[in-house]
Amino acid sequence: MAIEANGKTFETDEEGYLTNLGEWEPAVAEEMAKEDDLELTDEHWEIINFLREYYEEYQIAPAVRVLTKAVGKRLGKEKGNSKYLYALFPYGPGKQACRFAGLPKPTGCI
Amino acid sequence: MSEQIKKFMYINRRAPYGTIYAWESLEVVLIGAAFDQDVSLAFMDDGVYQLIKGQDTSEVDMKNFSPTYQALGDYDVTKLFVEKESLEERGLTLEDLMPLTYEDEDDDWAEKASIRLVSRAELADILEQQDVIFSF
Repeated sequence: MAIEANGKTFETDEEGYLTNLGEWEPAVAEEMAKEDDLELTDEHWEIINFLREYYEEYQIAPAVRVLTKAVGKRLGKEKGNSKYLYALFPYGPGKQACRFAGLPKPTGCI
Repeated sequence: MSEQIKKFMYINRRAPYGTIYAWESLEVVLIGAAFDQDVSLAFMDDGVYQLIKGQDTSEVDMKNFSPTYQALGDYDVTKLFVEKESLEERGLTLEDLMPLTYEDEDDDWAEKASIRLVSRAELADILEQQDVIFSF
């Protein structure tokens, strides 16, 4: 599979996750969101950027409950709950947001 | 239906690179952490090398996954037993290992050390208390 963004072709796996993490650019997230009928707002980007930083630091995409806790700690309690995160990413803040961020499928998401 | 919490122990006794055991073990731990069990890890023999500071895999063509051990605390995996004799036999001390920590939810998020140095005899007692043991 592949996704077209910014005039380039990006290879993805069968679940739509980017094959090569290093290729990611913001346009990829925009395009993936469009395919999911979502428009990315600053609130979405805050989570996407947070996930990219988390991956940079720990080399894994966090499970959704870990993400929720970490967001609460770093971005504030009002954001560290599943209601807030699911409102932004209806297909699951772990899976969908990690996909937009160019990360692999979360480790420990069952 | 009452959910019974079991004690799960993951034993790591091989060097981190060269085989896939260490990384596989870490992934199983992270996935298993979703089941809310009482999880501990033990590092003995060459397994102690998994926790060594300053790992650099640029010449062995494997991902350096050592930063992922820092995430264990986020997954509520907070008990990493390291066997003292295994360290000593390799000329290592606690100072050579990554300073892994977790934040204790029940103690106002105080940062605490995850690594607990235990003797071979103490580790044997800990293993005795487990319900399930995975060996990697």
